[in-house]
Amino acid sequence: MSDSDDRVVSRCRTFGAALVTDSLAGFQSSFVKALFDQETKSTLTTQPAFAVYRNTVIGGCVDALQANFPSVARLVGTEWFRAAAATFVRAQPPRDGRLLMYGETFADFIAGFEPARDLPYLADVARLDRLWIEAHVAEDATAVDSAWLASLLPAQLGALRLRPHPAARWCLFDDLPIYSIWASNRLGMETHDEIVWQGEGALLTRSVDVVGWQALDFSGGAFLDACAEGCLLAEAAGAALGVQPDVDVAAVLSRLLSAGALICPSSNQERPA
Amino acid sequence: MLSGLGLKPEHHDAALACRSEGMWFEVHAENYLVAGGPRLRLLETIRAVHPLSLHGVSLSLAGDAPLHPAHLKRLSTLVRQVEPVLVSEHLAWSAWNGINVPDLLPFPRSKDALRRIVSNIDQMQSTLGRCVAIENPSHYLRIDGHEWDEIGFLKELVRRTGCGLLLDVNNVYVSSRNLGFDACAYLDRFPAESVMEIHLAGHTVDPALGESLLIDSHDAPIAPEVWGLYRHLVERIGARPTLIERDGNVPTFNALLGECQIATTELCRVAERSGQPS
Repeated sequence: MSDSDDRVVSRCRTFGAALVTDSLAGFQSSFVKALFDQETKSTLTTQPAFAVYRNTVIGGCVDALQANFPSVARLVGTEWFRAAAATFVRAQPPRDGRLLMYGETFADFIAGFEPARDLPYLADVARLDRLWIEAHVAEDATAVDSAWLASLLPAQLGALRLRPHPAARWCLFDDLPIYSIWASNRLGMETHDEIVWQGEGALLTRSVDVVGWQALDFSGGAFLDACAEGCLLAEAAGAALGVQPDVDVAAVLSRLLSAGALICPSSNQERPA
Repeated sequence: MLSGLGLKPEHHDAALACRSEGMWFEVHAENYLVAGGPRLRLLETIRAVHPLSLHGVSLSLAGDAPLHPAHLKRLSTLVRQVEPVLVSEHLAWSAWNGINVPDLLPFPRSKDALRRIVSNIDQMQSTLGRCVAIENPSHYLRIDGHEWDEIGFLKELVRRTGCGLLLDVNNVYVSSRNLGFDACAYLDRFPAESVMEIHLAGHTVDPALGESLLIDSHDAPIAPEVWGLYRHLVERIGARPTLIERDGNVPTFNALLGECQIATTELCRVAERSGQPS
């Protein structure tokens, strides 16, 4: 059969149908609008099968959010989560073909979501679920450890600028025990009775392939912030002391090194000769 | 390469240990377009043992816009990293005006669409530095404005871009039932020489509309009708790498291997008969 035989002459158009336009771009604009707006009526949307596309698109986005925000879903229950997620999907559909990365603004959405007003911790729990994804997909790098640091000469220590590991993520919460709430739900635990109701921070790191997490005090957060800004080691220590004057800076640094939160880009972790 | 499996993370260890003859694996590229971490490591371990194929689901070749530069760059990086044996995408669109939807959407096969898709496939192939296979999607809707039927359109794409084709037999069956055409006749007209890969998957009936609407759900075993069409196809075109796709209600690795074995038996039978190396 020749190619010309394959030509199908069906150029008829349905008048008054919103979805049938003369350009591919026009067709696609109308199709996307109809996916997200149930009220759109046309020769395509009135076919029962159009629901397959609506269900696949909305359902696929909601599934992705449920996978990406497991602690939020556990806190509010599947039904509540999926209803809230569907509202978010219609307002802010994905802008990236990678559903793994969907939900960058989900925490902000929850913060302004009226039905979540009685759950003041929910938006920040979503922030930590998001940081988990960011840590999971971040580029690889070799963290420095205490032994490496101990091998440096005093002059080298004085000029040292450590940086946060590309997979390190941290966040400080002034008023609420967001880290404890998040961590217990992330692990599917029931530990709410043990949570001390005060502000705390969270540090997420990835040691080779596994994302791990621990509580982070405010001095540790200040230390990491300073490293991210490119400060010298002594300046980072000063930043930690600035928020917590009685803190043991060596212990702060030791905890960050043990967590694999720091790298030294300039040294490539070479030991001094 | 005989029959392969869509790689599920829960089957990673079994996949690594699998020694079935001609075994290979395929992943959705989008799940691995990341800077680092365990996902890339997983692909590296699999590709050290088995041929690996990258199947794209969101490049939106039929979107009336140039390909998304960042997405294409990430795909190109992944292709360089894992050196897949096959790279494929769909004759569909999923991105429009900055919005990406997790679906493979239909379009009128017009001159307008042909021009755009040819340009996008050219861009994809030149960026990746290789020939890619384009897959026929499942259809649910009657759309006005087609100037080619699907096979004629695919042939034009092959002629103008040098691309290959990925023939999804389940998609043909589902579409034939939903739109009312003869699946066997469709397969008989499909350009055999361009088929780089075959997909097989399960489907379900629509919960509301029943048998009158089949859904390409990838959550069930391959239907007997689809196996029948597959046998009929390879009888004509010969052995091609055949993927068993399963994305929902995922059974044990061994259950999926059972489906692979059925396909492998067919592939070996037609290869032996024609003296074709498998």
